[in-house]
Amino acid sequence: MKTTEELHRLLSAQFGDETCELKPDEKVEPWIVVKPEVIRDVAKFLRDEDGLRFDCLMCLSGVHYQKENELGVTYHLFSTSEKHKLALKVIMPEDNAQLPSVEQIWKTADWYEREAFDMFGIRFDGHPDPRRILCPDDWEGHPLRKDYQVQEFYRGMKVEY
Amino acid sequence: MTDVKEKGPEVTLTLPADTGNGLKTQEMIINMGPQHPSTHGVLRMELTLNGEIVTKAIPHIGYLHRCFEKHSEAMNDYAKVIPYVDRMDYVAAMNNELGYAIAMERLMDIRVNDRVEYIRVIMAELQRVASHLLAIGTFGLDIGAFTPFLYCFIEREKILDIFEKASGARLLYNYIWIGGLMNDVPADFKSDTAAFVKSFRPKIKELNDLLSMNRIFIDRTANIGVLPEKVAINYGVSGPSLRGSGVKWDLRRDDPYSIYDRFEFDVIVGKGEMGTLGDCWDRYIVRVWEMEESLKIIEQALDSMPDDGDVQEAIPKKIRPPAGEIYCRTETPRGELGYYIISDKSTSPYRIKARAPSFVNLSVLPAISIGAMVADMVAIIGSIDIVLGEVDR
Repeated sequence: MKTTEELHRLLSAQFGDETCELKPDEKVEPWIVVKPEVIRDVAKFLRDEDGLRFDCLMCLSGVHYQKENELGVTYHLFSTSEKHKLALKVIMPEDNAQLPSVEQIWKTADWYEREAFDMFGIRFDGHPDPRRILCPDDWEGHPLRKDYQVQEFYRGMKVEY
Repeated sequence: MTDVKEKGPEVTLTLPADTGNGLKTQEMIINMGPQHPSTHGVLRMELTLNGEIVTKAIPHIGYLHRCFEKHSEAMNDYAKVIPYVDRMDYVAAMNNELGYAIAMERLMDIRVNDRVEYIRVIMAELQRVASHLLAIGTFGLDIGAFTPFLYCFIEREKILDIFEKASGARLLYNYIWIGGLMNDVPADFKSDTAAFVKSFRPKIKELNDLLSMNRIFIDRTANIGVLPEKVAINYGVSGPSLRGSGVKWDLRRDDPYSIYDRFEFDVIVGKGEMGTLGDCWDRYIVRVWEMEESLKIIEQALDSMPDDGDVQEAIPKKIRPPAGEIYCRTETPRGELGYYIISDKSTSPYRIKARAPSFVNLSVLPAISIGAMVADMVAIIGSIDIVLGEVDR
């Protein structure tokens, strides 16, 4: 069982200080911010390294930080053998929201990455099936973005009732 | 870059070699749903078939998508989110409310008194029994056993009566609030619940005689839709579907919330009694015996529930949590329900996300249905017990 601080030390030793940053949060739990280009390697390291064994991706959520013009992805990880938890975050600029997919590492990410694409327009490189999941394929815009405007007509039907 | 010490679990979507009789038939794509009676709601499956054998199954979801996450951001009140979470998993609304209330209480650092905790646990476990009864009944119905469905619904009705007396509603309660309850339970709550527990216990045996040990039922469910342990964990499957694969994992025991650490109960796992470990029958029987465990918890809670205490004393006047993030998970009848809430110190959540167990459990369907017959698809969908309101949110 390791705390987020210990995990952060391990990650910076492996990937360098500049790629992962510890964000303390005295209220609930701290999280680690990781650079988008290394997320897949970090994920693989966290899953396979002895003493870490994060075999379960509990949740993957997109977040829109409107003030900073940024999009984020939060990974909540858990290890069924070591019983520790970790929150990882990737922050990207709004106009270039692109990061490697972790679908090959945790299959849970398959549908959750599709959902993050559908709701926020975040693109996951290397995802085998990058389609929308909840909205129709020809829907316009990404509903959970803070600046989302619903389209007026969808296939000739008025959307706003 | 990274030194990979051990390969991850093999999760391949290929057809087993021994299916079919070697004869080549024309490939056919058929559409199952969204109005198919066995899909438990509006789920559409695109099945690619070789003869009668499924070679590929693609679920299409989103027919019930209401985006409660977007609504909640504009609600301007955290308490107004509760009716929305009710409508996610509409057959286990109490458990959804409990998860949300616990997440908010952790974020705001609210402690509720023992009476509230005990009432919540009793309600959540009654709801678990009701939800499992519905899952078992409709699973039997899917496979062609009509009678057990009616037996299950008679018992479920008694639970709904208890809920109706307490909250006024039979399906969507809005009963568990942030920091307390909508109102105290009626005076005869304890005796009603105790009477239900007493009358329900022999019914589990009756149900086993009627359905679980029925030869036709076993033939339809044993060795069908086998979900191996490693695959289940890698896909994030949780709840009875995970325990059916033999994984002893229950958040009530392994990551206790509320007051679950005060109760004695077993975590039921599948053993492969009728066929392979992790088949449809195992997932089914886990639900049956879990009802018995829920009854044990209810009995213990009834014994030690305090008679006094204001159920509304900890309810905050204005809900304005400090800025911060939380991921909080609870065990619902379908598995791990997590709420990821980001607060920016305002009166509505900046971002709220529900990690719905049905959504994740359904994503394993393409992996376990390959090589199954079309008729077995019905059994597989029924055995993972999805609620489409929760899949689409």
